[in-house]
Amino acid sequence: MGPETLIEEIRTRLGPSVEAVSDSFGDPVILLRARDVRAAMAVLRETPFDYALLLDLTCVDFSASEGRFELVYHLYAMSRGVRLRIKASVPASDPAVETLVGLWKNAEWLEREVFDMFGVRFEGHPYLKRILMYEGFEGYPLRKSYPWRLGQPRIPLKDDV
Amino acid sequence: MSGFDFLTTRLETAIGWGRKFSLFHYPFITACCGMEYMSTACAHFDIDRFGAGLTRFSPRQADLLLVVGTITHKLAPVLKTVYDQMLEPKWVIAFGACTVSGGIYQNYAVLQGIDQVIPVDILIPGCPPRPEMVLDGLLKLQDKIQNQKQDWRWARKP
Repeated sequence: MGPETLIEEIRTRLGPSVEAVSDSFGDPVILLRARDVRAAMAVLRETPFDYALLLDLTCVDFSASEGRFELVYHLYAMSRGVRLRIKASVPASDPAVETLVGLWKNAEWLEREVFDMFGVRFEGHPYLKRILMYEGFEGYPLRKSYPWRLGQPRIPLKDDV
Repeated sequence: MSGFDFLTTRLETAIGWGRKFSLFHYPFITACCGMEYMSTACAHFDIDRFGAGLTRFSPRQADLLLVVGTITHKLAPVLKTVYDQMLEPKWVIAFGACTVSGGIYQNYAVLQGIDQVIPVDILIPGCPPRPEMVLDGLLKLQDKIQNQKQDWRWARKP
């Protein structure tokens, strides 16, 4: 399956879920409608696409300029040795998307990290708690709205006294 | 000077001499400075020449806490606990720019210098410091130990 036929096949199977298609250094990038992410991923995971591996899941904050967060998923098809990038926009006022835990098990920790750093809610996630920051940490540190350099110490510091 | 004072002074010198050449260190290593610590501790630079060769992996058996690498706010209470578990007399070396001042990190996660949490005797800057700098810091600590008032168990408390 060459790049052109791949895109065609994806468009046929996913229909209106695909909002845009582009290319990044030879790898296809697909912009999905946020509410269809889970269903579309379930299709992409099976034959003929066979994206068996969720390489990475992260998020970009465009809240100041465009009022949205953009989720970025990287998939890999081990049988064909090709990558695919999926993007989905969620509104900054209420960022939420369906979880992928039922499809790829590693999504559990990746989604917890995105929740921890950006506060994106993953609906249906079995254990959506902070994974890197400690209990009692307030706010989401990788959001652009998080105050610059604001630390949240767990014990009293010398300079505070 | 009475005879007793003279004896006490000589005893203090002797205790200081003994302490500065038998520093059992506890390496609290979290980051890349650990590589420099390793080369300092191993045969090429050989920290054992200065009597600090015996690494203890329990803070209860150590005199010298070597804090090597970035300390985050998440880790700060652990560092404080380790320091509190060490027995007197104890000394602390801040090894590398991160422990001295937070180094290149000034963000939500990183503690801006371990002196915010525990007292520090010697600060060794550098990212990472070369082993020679570490040995220089160790020698300065030895000077400090030799010249400080020795707190020994039988000393008369005021």
